[in-house]
Amino acid sequence: MTHAITLPMTKEAAATLRAGDAVSLSGVIYTARDAAHIRLCELLDAGKPLPIDINGAAIYYAGPTPPPPGFAAGSIGPTTSSRMDFAAPRLIRLGLMCMIGKGARSAEVTEAIRECGAVYLAATGGAGALLAARVVSAETVAFPELGAEAIRRLVVRDFPATVATDSLGGDIYAQGRENYLRERRK
Amino acid sequence: MRIIPTDAITDAVARLFRDANIRLPSDIRAAVDAAIESEPWDDARRTLKTIRENADIAESRGVPICQDTGMACVFIDIGIDAHIDGDVYAAVNDGVARGCAEGYLRASIVRDPLRRENTGDNTPAAVYIDLVPGDKIKITVAPKGFGSENMSRVKMLRPADGVAGLVDFVVSTVESAGGSACPPVVVGVGVGGSFDKAALLAKRALLRGLDEPNPDPYYARLERELLEKINALGIGPMGFGGATTALGVSILSMPTHIAGLPAAVNISCHVTRHLSEVL
Repeated sequence: MTHAITLPMTKEAAATLRAGDAVSLSGVIYTARDAAHIRLCELLDAGKPLPIDINGAAIYYAGPTPPPPGFAAGSIGPTTSSRMDFAAPRLIRLGLMCMIGKGARSAEVTEAIRECGAVYLAATGGAGALLAARVVSAETVAFPELGAEAIRRLVVRDFPATVATDSLGGDIYAQGRENYLRERRK
Repeated sequence: MRIIPTDAITDAVARLFRDANIRLPSDIRAAVDAAIESEPWDDARRTLKTIRENADIAESRGVPICQDTGMACVFIDIGIDAHIDGDVYAAVNDGVARGCAEGYLRASIVRDPLRRENTGDNTPAAVYIDLVPGDKIKITVAPKGFGSENMSRVKMLRPADGVAGLVDFVVSTVESAGGSACPPVVVGVGVGGSFDKAALLAKRALLRGLDEPNPDPYYARLERELLEKINALGIGPMGFGGATTALGVSILSMPTHIAGLPAAVNISCHVTRHLSEVL
Protein backbone atom coordinates (compact mmCIF):
# COMPACT_ATOMS: atom_id res chain seq x y z
CA MET A 1 0.00 0.00 0.00
CA THR A 2 1.21 3.49 -0.82
CA HIS A 3 0.35 6.43 1.46
CA ALA A 4 -0.54 9.46 -0.68
CA ILE A 5 0.63 12.45 1.37
CA THR A 6 -0.12 16.08 0.70
CA LEU A 7 2.56 18.34 2.17
CA PRO A 8 3.05 20.00 4.56
CA MET A 9 3.39 16.81 6.63
CA THR A 10 1.26 16.91 9.75
CA LYS A 11 1.99 15.03 12.98
CA GLU A 12 -1.19 13.09 12.40
CA ALA A 13 -0.06 11.99 8.93
CA ALA A 14 3.47 11.18 10.15
CA ALA A 15 2.02 9.03 12.94
CA THR A 16 0.34 6.72 10.41
CA LEU A 17 3.64 5.90 8.67
CA ARG A 18 5.81 2.88 9.51
CA ALA A 19 9.34 2.08 8.41
CA GLY A 20 9.23 0.33 5.04
CA ASP A 21 5.91 1.86 3.93
CA ALA A 22 5.77 3.39 0.47
CA VAL A 23 4.72 7.04 0.26
CA SER A 24 3.88 9.35 -2.59
CA LEU A 25 4.40 13.05 -1.83
CA SER A 26 2.71 16.05 -3.39
CA GLY A 27 3.34 19.65 -2.40
CA VAL A 28 6.30 21.81 -1.41
CA ILE A 29 9.74 20.50 -0.43
CA TYR A 30 12.97 22.44 0.02
CA THR A 31 16.35 21.17 -1.17
CA ALA A 32 19.25 21.68 1.22
CA ARG A 33 22.52 19.77 1.53
CA ASP A 34 25.94 20.20 3.15
CA ALA A 35 26.74 23.87 2.53
CA ALA A 36 23.15 25.06 3.09
CA HIS A 37 22.99 23.22 6.44
CA ILE A 38 26.21 24.91 7.56
CA ARG A 39 24.66 28.28 6.60
CA LEU A 40 21.38 27.51 8.40
CA CYS A 41 23.28 26.67 11.59
CA GLU A 42 25.37 29.85 11.30
CA LEU A 43 22.16 31.90 11.04
CA LEU A 44 20.69 30.16 14.09
CA ASP A 45 23.95 30.68 16.04
CA ALA A 46 23.80 34.38 15.19
CA GLY A 47 20.16 34.58 16.30
CA LYS A 48 19.07 35.53 12.78
CA PRO A 49 15.93 34.35 10.97
CA LEU A 50 16.12 31.41 8.56
CA PRO A 51 15.41 32.04 4.86
CA ILE A 52 12.64 29.41 4.88
CA ASP A 53 9.85 28.67 7.35
CA ILE A 54 11.19 25.53 8.99
CA ASN A 55 8.03 24.88 11.01
CA GLY A 56 6.24 21.98 9.32
CA ALA A 57 8.73 21.95 6.43
CA ALA A 58 10.04 19.06 4.36
CA ILE A 59 13.75 19.16 3.46
CA TYR A 60 15.17 17.09 0.62
CA TYR A 61 18.90 16.39 0.86
CA ALA A 62 19.64 16.95 -2.81
CA GLY A 63 21.61 19.09 -5.23
CA PRO A 64 20.18 18.83 -8.75
CA THR A 65 21.87 19.09 -12.11
CA PRO A 66 20.96 22.24 -14.08
CA PRO A 67 17.64 21.82 -15.92
CA PRO A 68 17.96 21.54 -19.70
CA PRO A 69 15.65 23.93 -21.63
CA GLY A 70 12.04 22.84 -21.25
CA PHE A 71 12.63 20.89 -18.02
CA ALA A 72 11.47 22.01 -14.55
CA ALA A 73 14.43 20.28 -12.94
CA GLY A 74 17.56 18.41 -13.88
CA SER A 75 18.39 15.06 -12.30
CA ILE A 76 17.52 15.20 -8.63
CA GLY A 77 18.14 12.11 -6.53
CA PRO A 78 18.94 12.09 -2.80
CA THR A 79 22.38 12.53 -1.29
CA THR A 80 23.68 10.74 1.83
CA SER A 81 21.65 12.00 4.80
CA SER A 82 24.15 11.21 7.57
CA ARG A 83 26.26 14.21 6.52
CA MET A 84 23.37 16.42 7.66
CA ASP A 85 23.02 14.64 11.04
CA PHE A 86 25.02 17.44 12.70
CA ALA A 87 22.18 19.89 12.00
CA ALA A 88 19.05 17.75 11.78
CA PRO A 89 18.15 17.41 15.52
CA ARG A 90 18.26 21.19 15.91
CA LEU A 91 16.05 21.75 12.86
CA ILE A 92 13.61 19.00 13.90
CA ARG A 93 13.19 20.68 17.29
CA LEU A 94 12.39 23.91 15.42
CA GLY A 95 9.55 22.14 13.63
CA LEU A 96 11.13 20.37 10.63
CA MET A 97 8.64 17.53 10.05
CA CYS A 98 10.00 15.60 7.10
CA MET A 99 13.45 14.81 5.75
CA ILE A 100 14.12 13.01 2.47
CA GLY A 101 17.51 11.46 1.66
CA LYS A 102 19.29 8.13 1.65
CA GLY A 103 21.11 5.99 4.19
CA ALA A 104 20.88 5.47 7.95
CA ARG A 105 20.73 8.31 10.50
CA SER A 106 22.44 8.78 13.85
CA ALA A 107 20.88 7.88 17.20
CA GLU A 108 20.54 11.62 17.93
CA VAL A 109 18.48 12.19 14.78
CA THR A 110 16.28 9.17 15.50
CA GLU A 111 15.69 10.46 19.05
CA ALA A 112 14.67 13.92 17.76
CA ILE A 113 12.32 12.29 15.23
CA ARG A 114 10.64 10.31 18.04
CA GLU A 115 10.48 13.24 20.39
CA CYS A 116 8.83 15.53 17.82
CA GLY A 117 6.77 13.02 15.83
CA ALA A 118 8.65 13.77 12.60
CA VAL A 119 9.57 11.34 9.82
CA TYR A 120 12.61 10.53 7.66
CA LEU A 121 11.99 9.21 4.16
CA ALA A 122 14.39 7.58 1.71
CA ALA A 123 14.20 8.20 -2.02
CA THR A 124 15.93 5.82 -4.44
CA GLY A 125 19.56 6.90 -4.63
CA GLY A 126 20.85 7.31 -8.15
CA ALA A 127 17.35 7.56 -9.60
CA GLY A 128 17.80 11.26 -10.39
CA ALA A 129 16.23 11.18 -13.86
CA LEU A 130 13.11 9.35 -12.67
CA LEU A 131 12.62 11.66 -9.68
CA ALA A 132 13.11 14.79 -11.82
CA ALA A 133 9.99 13.82 -13.76
CA ARG A 134 7.99 14.28 -10.50
CA VAL A 135 9.13 17.88 -10.03
CA VAL A 136 6.54 20.39 -11.25
CA SER A 137 8.54 23.54 -10.52
CA ALA A 138 11.81 24.59 -8.92
CA GLU A 139 12.83 28.03 -7.72
CA THR A 140 15.97 29.10 -5.85
CA VAL A 141 14.93 30.78 -2.61
CA ALA A 142 18.19 31.09 -0.62
CA PHE A 143 21.97 31.07 -1.00
CA PRO A 144 22.01 31.27 -4.85
CA GLU A 145 25.80 31.65 -4.68
CA LEU A 146 25.99 27.99 -3.59
CA GLY A 147 24.97 26.79 -7.07
CA ALA A 148 23.79 23.17 -6.86
CA GLU A 149 23.82 23.54 -3.06
CA ALA A 150 21.41 26.51 -2.98
CA ILE A 151 18.07 26.07 -1.24
CA ARG A 152 15.37 25.46 -3.84
CA ARG A 153 11.64 25.42 -3.35
CA LEU A 154 10.27 22.47 -5.28
CA VAL A 155 6.68 21.67 -6.01
CA VAL A 156 6.45 17.90 -6.50
CA ARG A 157 3.65 15.63 -7.60
CA ASP A 158 3.55 11.90 -6.73
CA PHE A 159 7.16 11.92 -5.57
CA PRO A 160 7.94 8.30 -4.52
CA ALA A 161 9.80 7.48 -1.29
CA THR A 162 10.04 4.85 1.43
CA VAL A 163 9.61 5.51 5.14
CA ALA A 164 13.12 5.06 6.58
CA THR A 165 12.73 6.29 10.19
CA ASP A 166 9.18 6.50 11.51
CA SER A 167 7.86 8.59 14.38
CA LEU A 168 8.26 5.63 16.79
CA GLY A 169 11.93 5.24 15.85
CA GLY A 170 11.40 2.24 13.55
CA ASP A 171 14.30 2.03 11.06
CA ILE A 172 14.16 0.37 7.64
CA TYR A 173 17.96 0.06 7.49
CA ALA A 174 17.91 -2.26 10.53
CA GLN A 175 14.53 -3.93 9.99
CA GLY A 176 14.70 -4.54 6.23
CA ARG A 177 17.95 -6.41 6.49
CA GLU A 178 16.80 -8.39 9.56
CA ASN A 179 13.54 -9.38 7.87
CA TYR A 180 15.32 -10.54 4.74
CA LEU A 181 17.95 -12.55 6.64
CA ARG A 182 15.31 -14.13 8.91
CA GLU A 183 13.23 -15.18 5.90
CA ARG A 184 16.29 -16.57 4.11
CA ARG A 185 17.22 -18.78 7.07
CA LYS A 186 13.78 -20.43 7.04
CA MET B 1 55.71 10.13 -34.76
CA ARG B 2 52.01 10.95 -34.95
CA ILE B 3 50.76 14.40 -34.02
CA ILE B 4 47.59 14.61 -31.91
CA PRO B 5 46.04 18.08 -31.67
CA THR B 6 44.89 19.14 -28.18
CA ASP B 7 41.52 20.08 -29.73
CA ALA B 8 40.90 16.41 -30.48
CA ILE B 9 41.53 15.57 -26.82
CA THR B 10 39.18 18.35 -25.63
CA ASP B 11 36.45 17.21 -28.04
CA ALA B 12 36.79 13.58 -26.93
CA VAL B 13 36.74 14.38 -23.21
CA ALA B 14 33.65 16.60 -23.58
CA ARG B 15 31.85 13.90 -25.57
CA LEU B 16 32.86 11.12 -23.18
CA PHE B 17 31.64 12.93 -20.05
CA ARG B 18 28.33 13.85 -21.67
CA ASP B 19 27.69 10.32 -22.88
CA ALA B 20 29.00 8.52 -19.77
CA ASN B 21 26.59 10.48 -17.57
CA ILE B 22 23.55 9.83 -19.72
CA ARG B 23 23.95 6.20 -20.79
CA LEU B 24 24.61 3.44 -18.26
CA PRO B 25 27.47 1.17 -19.47
CA SER B 26 26.26 -2.11 -20.98
CA ASP B 27 28.05 -4.24 -18.35
CA ILE B 28 26.29 -2.45 -15.47
CA ARG B 29 22.95 -2.59 -17.24
CA ALA B 30 23.38 -6.33 -17.83
CA ALA B 31 24.30 -6.84 -14.17
CA VAL B 32 21.17 -4.95 -13.02
CA ASP B 33 19.03 -7.02 -15.42
CA ALA B 34 20.57 -10.25 -14.08
CA ALA B 35 19.97 -9.11 -10.48
CA ILE B 36 16.29 -8.44 -11.23
CA GLU B 37 16.04 -12.07 -12.38
CA SER B 38 17.91 -13.57 -9.42
CA GLU B 39 16.74 -11.36 -6.53
CA PRO B 40 14.35 -13.40 -4.34
CA TRP B 41 13.12 -10.48 -2.13
CA ASP B 42 10.10 -8.61 -3.58
CA ASP B 43 10.92 -5.15 -2.19
CA ALA B 44 14.50 -5.47 -3.41
CA ARG B 45 13.37 -6.48 -6.88
CA ARG B 46 11.11 -3.43 -7.02
CA THR B 47 14.03 -1.16 -6.17
CA LEU B 48 16.16 -2.80 -8.86
CA LYS B 49 13.37 -2.21 -11.39
CA THR B 50 13.25 1.46 -10.36
CA ILE B 51 17.00 1.65 -11.00
CA ARG B 52 16.54 0.17 -14.47
CA GLU B 53 13.59 2.43 -15.24
CA ASN B 54 15.67 5.43 -14.19
CA ALA B 55 18.45 4.44 -16.60
CA ASP B 56 15.86 4.12 -19.40
CA ILE B 57 14.41 7.56 -18.63
CA ALA B 58 17.88 9.14 -18.54
CA GLU B 59 18.81 7.68 -21.90
CA SER B 60 15.54 8.50 -23.66
CA ARG B 61 15.40 12.09 -22.31
CA GLY B 62 19.14 12.68 -22.62
CA VAL B 63 19.50 13.74 -18.96
CA PRO B 64 22.05 12.54 -16.39
CA ILE B 65 21.30 9.15 -14.78
CA CYS B 66 22.23 10.58 -11.37
CA GLN B 67 22.47 14.17 -10.17
CA ASP B 68 25.96 13.42 -8.86
CA THR B 69 27.65 13.62 -12.23
CA GLY B 70 30.82 12.98 -10.33
CA MET B 71 34.38 14.04 -9.94
CA ALA B 72 35.98 13.89 -13.37
CA CYS B 73 38.49 11.03 -13.20
CA VAL B 74 40.42 10.73 -16.46
CA PHE B 75 42.90 7.97 -17.33
CA ILE B 76 45.03 8.54 -20.42
CA ASP B 77 47.34 6.00 -22.03
CA ILE B 78 49.69 7.92 -24.30
CA GLY B 79 51.61 5.98 -26.94
CA ILE B 80 55.29 6.94 -26.85
CA ASP B 81 55.19 7.59 -30.60
CA ALA B 82 52.32 10.09 -30.27
CA HIS B 83 53.08 13.79 -29.93
CA ILE B 84 50.51 16.10 -28.33
CA ASP B 85 50.82 19.64 -29.68
CA GLY B 86 50.17 21.46 -26.40
CA ASP B 87 49.16 21.16 -22.75
CA VAL B 88 47.36 17.85 -22.26
CA TYR B 89 46.06 18.79 -18.78
CA ALA B 90 44.56 22.06 -20.06
CA ALA B 91 43.00 20.17 -22.99
CA VAL B 92 41.38 17.67 -20.61
CA ASN B 93 40.06 20.41 -18.32
CA ASP B 94 38.63 22.33 -21.28
CA GLY B 95 36.82 19.13 -22.26
CA VAL B 96 35.50 18.57 -18.73
CA ALA B 97 34.15 22.15 -18.58
CA ARG B 98 32.56 21.89 -22.01
CA GLY B 99 31.03 18.48 -21.24
CA CYS B 100 29.62 19.91 -18.01
CA ALA B 101 27.98 22.86 -19.81
CA GLU B 102 26.75 21.00 -22.89
CA GLY B 103 25.52 17.96 -20.97
CA TYR B 104 23.82 20.00 -18.21
CA LEU B 105 26.00 18.18 -15.70
CA ARG B 106 26.35 19.34 -12.11
CA ALA B 107 29.31 21.45 -11.04
CA SER B 108 30.42 19.41 -8.02
CA ILE B 109 34.02 20.52 -7.47
CA VAL B 110 35.27 23.04 -4.90
CA ARG B 111 38.58 24.79 -5.57
CA ASP B 112 39.95 24.14 -2.10
CA PRO B 113 38.87 21.39 0.31
CA LEU B 114 38.64 23.74 3.31
CA ARG B 115 37.61 27.04 1.74
CA ARG B 116 35.08 25.30 -0.52
CA GLU B 117 34.34 27.69 -3.36
CA ASN B 118 32.67 25.87 -6.28
CA THR B 119 34.67 26.14 -9.52
CA GLY B 120 31.39 26.21 -11.46
CA ASP B 121 32.43 23.90 -14.31
CA ASN B 122 33.46 20.65 -12.60
CA THR B 123 37.17 21.28 -13.20
CA PRO B 124 39.86 20.43 -12.43
CA ALA B 125 39.82 16.76 -13.36
CA ALA B 126 41.84 14.07 -11.57
CA VAL B 127 44.13 13.04 -14.43
CA TYR B 128 46.32 9.92 -14.54
CA ILE B 129 48.72 9.53 -17.43
CA ASP B 130 50.57 6.38 -18.43
CA LEU B 131 53.05 5.88 -21.24
CA VAL B 132 52.40 2.85 -23.42
CA PRO B 133 53.83 1.49 -26.69
CA GLY B 134 52.38 2.75 -29.99
CA ASP B 135 51.27 6.07 -31.48
CA LYS B 136 47.69 6.26 -30.21
CA ILE B 137 46.04 7.83 -27.21
CA LYS B 138 43.36 6.04 -25.20
CA ILE B 139 41.18 8.24 -23.00
CA THR B 140 38.98 6.65 -20.33
CA VAL B 141 36.63 8.78 -18.26
CA ALA B 142 35.05 7.65 -15.01
CA PRO B 143 32.75 10.24 -13.41
CA LYS B 144 32.88 9.25 -9.72
CA GLY B 145 30.02 9.94 -7.34
CA PHE B 146 30.97 10.80 -3.78
CA GLY B 147 28.18 9.08 -1.85
CA SER B 148 30.10 5.88 -2.49
CA GLU B 149 33.57 7.50 -2.57
CA ASN B 150 33.00 8.62 1.05
CA MET B 151 32.50 4.99 2.10
CA SER B 152 35.87 3.85 0.65
CA ARG B 153 38.85 2.89 2.80
CA VAL B 154 42.59 2.19 2.79
CA LYS B 155 44.16 -0.13 5.36
CA MET B 156 47.72 -1.25 5.86
CA LEU B 157 47.20 -4.94 6.68
CA ARG B 158 50.01 -7.13 8.04
CA PRO B 159 51.47 -9.88 5.84
CA ALA B 160 50.22 -12.38 8.46
CA ASP B 161 46.64 -11.13 7.92
CA GLY B 162 46.81 -12.76 4.48
CA VAL B 163 43.85 -13.37 2.24
CA ALA B 164 41.51 -13.86 5.23
CA GLY B 165 42.44 -10.38 6.47
CA LEU B 166 41.77 -8.90 3.05
CA VAL B 167 38.38 -10.63 2.76
CA ASP B 168 37.38 -9.39 6.21
CA PHE B 169 38.47 -5.83 5.38
CA VAL B 170 36.56 -5.75 2.08
CA VAL B 171 33.35 -7.27 3.49
CA SER B 172 33.36 -5.05 6.60
CA THR B 173 33.90 -1.94 4.46
CA VAL B 174 30.84 -2.78 2.34
CA GLU B 175 28.86 -3.58 5.49
CA SER B 176 29.66 -0.27 7.14
CA ALA B 177 28.73 1.58 3.92
CA GLY B 178 25.23 0.11 4.31
CA GLY B 179 22.54 1.98 2.41
CA SER B 180 24.58 5.19 2.10
CA ALA B 181 26.71 4.15 -0.89
CA CYS B 182 23.69 3.48 -3.16
CA PRO B 183 23.81 -0.33 -3.25
CA PRO B 184 23.92 -2.51 -5.25
CA VAL B 185 27.52 -1.37 -5.34
CA VAL B 186 30.51 -2.23 -7.47
CA VAL B 187 33.54 -2.94 -5.31
CA GLY B 188 37.02 -2.02 -6.56
CA VAL B 189 39.82 -3.63 -4.56
CA GLY B 190 43.51 -2.72 -4.75
CA VAL B 191 46.00 -4.96 -3.00
CA GLY B 192 49.77 -4.58 -2.80
CA GLY B 193 52.02 -1.71 -3.85
CA SER B 194 52.28 1.11 -1.33
CA PHE B 195 49.75 3.25 0.59
CA ASP B 196 49.07 5.43 -2.45
CA LYS B 197 49.31 2.70 -5.10
CA ALA B 198 46.73 0.50 -3.35
CA ALA B 199 44.15 3.30 -3.55
CA LEU B 200 44.86 3.94 -7.22
CA LEU B 201 44.63 0.21 -7.99
CA ALA B 202 41.21 0.11 -6.32
CA LYS B 203 40.01 3.02 -8.46
CA ARG B 204 41.43 1.49 -11.64
CA ALA B 205 39.79 -1.84 -10.79
CA LEU B 206 36.42 -0.08 -11.24
CA LEU B 207 37.26 0.58 -14.91
CA ARG B 208 37.15 -3.12 -15.76
CA GLY B 209 33.79 -4.18 -17.20
CA LEU B 210 31.81 -6.55 -14.97
CA ASP B 211 31.50 -8.80 -18.02
CA GLU B 212 35.30 -9.14 -18.32
CA PRO B 213 36.69 -11.89 -16.09
CA ASN B 214 39.86 -11.31 -14.08
CA PRO B 215 42.66 -12.82 -16.23
CA ASP B 216 44.33 -14.33 -13.12
CA PRO B 217 42.31 -17.42 -12.00
CA TYR B 218 43.44 -16.92 -8.37
CA TYR B 219 41.95 -13.42 -8.27
CA ALA B 220 38.93 -14.44 -10.35
CA ARG B 221 38.13 -17.00 -7.65
CA LEU B 222 38.72 -14.47 -4.87
CA GLU B 223 36.36 -12.00 -6.60
CA ARG B 224 33.63 -14.67 -6.68
CA GLU B 225 34.19 -15.50 -3.01
CA LEU B 226 34.01 -11.82 -2.02
CA LEU B 227 30.85 -11.24 -4.06
CA GLU B 228 29.18 -14.21 -2.39
CA LYS B 229 30.14 -13.02 1.12
CA ILE B 230 29.03 -9.44 0.39
CA ASN B 231 25.68 -10.57 -0.95
CA ALA B 232 25.17 -12.78 2.11
CA LEU B 233 25.18 -9.59 4.24
CA GLY B 234 21.53 -9.00 3.32
CA ILE B 235 21.92 -5.20 2.98
CA GLY B 236 20.19 -5.26 -0.41
CA PRO B 237 19.37 -2.51 -2.92
CA MET B 238 19.41 0.91 -1.20
CA GLY B 239 19.97 -0.88 2.14
CA PHE B 240 16.33 -1.99 2.52
CA GLY B 241 17.27 -5.69 2.69
CA GLY B 242 17.80 -8.27 -0.05
CA ALA B 243 20.26 -10.51 -1.83
CA THR B 244 21.73 -7.88 -4.17
CA THR B 245 24.18 -5.78 -2.18
CA ALA B 246 26.89 -5.78 -4.86
CA LEU B 247 26.80 -6.22 -8.63
CA GLY B 248 30.46 -7.17 -8.87
CA VAL B 249 33.92 -7.18 -7.30
CA SER B 250 37.04 -6.30 -9.25
CA ILE B 251 40.57 -6.73 -7.89
CA LEU B 252 43.88 -5.33 -9.10
CA SER B 253 47.16 -6.33 -7.45
CA MET B 254 50.83 -5.41 -7.70
CA PRO B 255 54.10 -6.35 -6.01
CA THR B 256 54.62 -5.03 -2.50
CA HIS B 257 57.18 -4.84 0.34
CA ILE B 258 58.06 -7.81 2.56
CA ALA B 259 56.72 -5.89 5.58
CA GLY B 260 53.39 -4.91 4.14
CA LEU B 261 50.00 -5.84 2.72
CA PRO B 262 48.40 -2.54 1.67
CA ALA B 263 44.73 -2.84 0.77
CA ALA B 264 42.16 -0.38 -0.53
CA VAL B 265 38.46 -0.65 -1.21
CA ASN B 266 36.92 1.89 -3.56
CA ILE B 267 33.16 1.58 -3.41
CA SER B 268 31.13 2.65 -6.39
CA CYS B 269 27.37 2.91 -6.70
CA HIS B 270 24.99 1.19 -9.12
CA VAL B 271 25.67 4.10 -11.49
CA THR B 272 29.30 3.05 -12.07
CA ARG B 273 30.26 4.96 -15.20
CA HIS B 274 33.24 4.35 -17.45
CA LEU B 275 33.69 5.12 -21.13
CA SER B 276 36.74 5.07 -23.42
CA GLU B 277 37.79 6.42 -26.79
CA VAL B 278 40.97 5.85 -28.78
CA LEU B 279 42.49 8.74 -30.76
